[in-house]
Amino acid sequence: MTAATHAPAAVEVPRHHAFGRFCRAYAKRPAGLAGLGLLVAFGVLALASPLFIGDDQLNVIKVDGPQLSPPVDGYPLGTDQAGRSVLLLVIWGARESLSIGIIATALTVVLGSAVGLLAGHYQGRVGQGLMHVTDWFIALPSLPLAISLSAVLGQGAASITIAIAVTSWTATARLVRAQTLAVEARPFIERARALGAGNTQIMIRHVLPNVMPLILVSSTLTVASAILSEATLTFLGLGDPTSVTWGSMLQAAFAGGAVTAGAWWYLIPPGIAILIVVLGFTLVGRAVEHVLNPRMVGR
Amino acid sequence: MSSLTAAGPAKVKGQGVKRSGFLPYLGSKLAAALVSFFVTLVIGFVIFSLMPADPVRTLTRGRPTSEAQLAQIRVQLGLDDPIWERFLTFVGNTLKGELGYSWQFQQSVSSLVADRLGPTLLLMGTAAVLSIALGLWLGIRSGWRHGSLFDRIASSASLTLWSVPTFWLGMILLVTFSVGVGPIPSLLPAGGMSDPSLPQEGWTHVVDVARHLVLPCLTMVLVVFAQYVTVMRTSIIDEMGSPYLLTARAKGLTDDAVRRRHAVPNALLPSVTMIFMHLGVLVSGAITVEAVYSWPGLGYLTYEALKIPDLPLLQGTFIVFSASVIIMNLLADVVYRFLDPRVRAQ
Repeated sequence: MTAATHAPAAVEVPRHHAFGRFCRAYAKRPAGLAGLGLLVAFGVLALASPLFIGDDQLNVIKVDGPQLSPPVDGYPLGTDQAGRSVLLLVIWGARESLSIGIIATALTVVLGSAVGLLAGHYQGRVGQGLMHVTDWFIALPSLPLAISLSAVLGQGAASITIAIAVTSWTATARLVRAQTLAVEARPFIERARALGAGNTQIMIRHVLPNVMPLILVSSTLTVASAILSEATLTFLGLGDPTSVTWGSMLQAAFAGGAVTAGAWWYLIPPGIAILIVVLGFTLVGRAVEHVLNPRMVGR
Repeated sequence: MSSLTAAGPAKVKGQGVKRSGFLPYLGSKLAAALVSFFVTLVIGFVIFSLMPADPVRTLTRGRPTSEAQLAQIRVQLGLDDPIWERFLTFVGNTLKGELGYSWQFQQSVSSLVADRLGPTLLLMGTAAVLSIALGLWLGIRSGWRHGSLFDRIASSASLTLWSVPTFWLGMILLVTFSVGVGPIPSLLPAGGMSDPSLPQEGWTHVVDVARHLVLPCLTMVLVVFAQYVTVMRTSIIDEMGSPYLLTARAKGLTDDAVRRRHAVPNALLPSVTMIFMHLGVLVSGAITVEAVYSWPGLGYLTYEALKIPDLPLLQGTFIVFSASVIIMNLLADVVYRFLDPRVRAQ
């Protein structure tokens, strides 16, 4: 009994140490810090936006700005065809763009980890079958598949999210399977099995915690590509036409003839926003990868 | 992979055995490609035939239709048949090259695809060649001197360009070079593949198409080459520590010769596989770039189909795109065998 109550405390301390070591190593990577800073700034802006952006500035009927005007007083980034401030639209668009990206990533990671864990644990027919399915999905070109899926499921954020998850889980699955195989070969799994642990317990209690850091790293990179995919699918007209995201802004600009009008002020901000957020997630993901995998140092 | 390792002992026995090893290898790859294509058909069937709730309603949307007419359309489309029978019909038609009938163009999907194949191949081919050449060159240079200023500039430029949405870059280039912003005059045509007011043959036409090709191609190259840089750079770095490079240096070869004659051929091997595996990205690029520049290819056809949405047409382009990626992967496996210096030396 006493051993059982003491055990968690004994585990906590090394984990705290490891976390502290990780933070100190991460702080030495300027690119990673820059990426983290960009993401925090965007996150705070997106969360705080309802405080200073209301329906008055977003509703096409209620706004009273000049239509498709270059940057002027009061509209630092110009306006769109309806007379809304592009700056406020970009800030507001961060909310949905980021949340679709993060939800799609969560779905991707859960799906990919489940397949990878099962394929790595049951190494017989089940594992081989799952890996065959993964290989088939890798062979499929992702954008046509995502387009087809969301066209059939109908316009909207939900179908875009599902389409992204279905087309991007394979990378996580392969990664998790490889790591699962490595972990399952270690003696403590044999010990757990000898003590009578079942398949589920080995996978959840012993393998998953060891695979988790890797899953988190790969998910930072997944968010980056999920946000890009969301923008692309929305641009192609598969998003919810009433919501404001960076992709839908660019779609509205393109469909509304902002290109022929030479309205650069309407085109540049959403794209820069996508670029910054995607770059931020990529930089953070790479920095974490470098810290966790010392073999990569110097590359 | 298993056939590659199996080729090992055969190499020792002699040339004859080695050559015959290629056909079984090709056979196994061909079989795998066929299985992949069959799976693509299954996925296409599930998405386009099983998932839509009621295709007849979509088809007759906005038109007054009686119940009897609805039932007749259902029979025509074979919607009341058992699923396996519909699947077999679908597979049979696809193998015969019949991809259905477009709702929007009132034309068979196969003829639409055939019309649009040429422009897409022109755009994707040019972009692929340019981006692979640029990416490999930059990757070799920055991998060989990794950590140098050149490497850092090349790596951060490719990382940034990878983060840019393709369609956005296309629109920005369009505004800058075609519409013209500020002091920049309109330099290049805005969209399409040729100017209808010019003659459609001879040198004028070739120059006209080339002028239309510049911006779409540039957009695709800028977005796609970054991956090739990363792939090539990593495999050069992986080769750097190898003993055979030390040997090459020890026998007095110049740094340049060590790189070109020894490091690059070996580093190319894993890169080729990766390059062909990334060709799906080129397909994605083609769809968005063609949508932005109204380039009359398969990607633009997909974009047009999405507006309705024209499901038979979407299904057709999905199958064609998937089949082309499968063929590319098969090609990669064959090219890999010929590029491998250990096989070529025989």
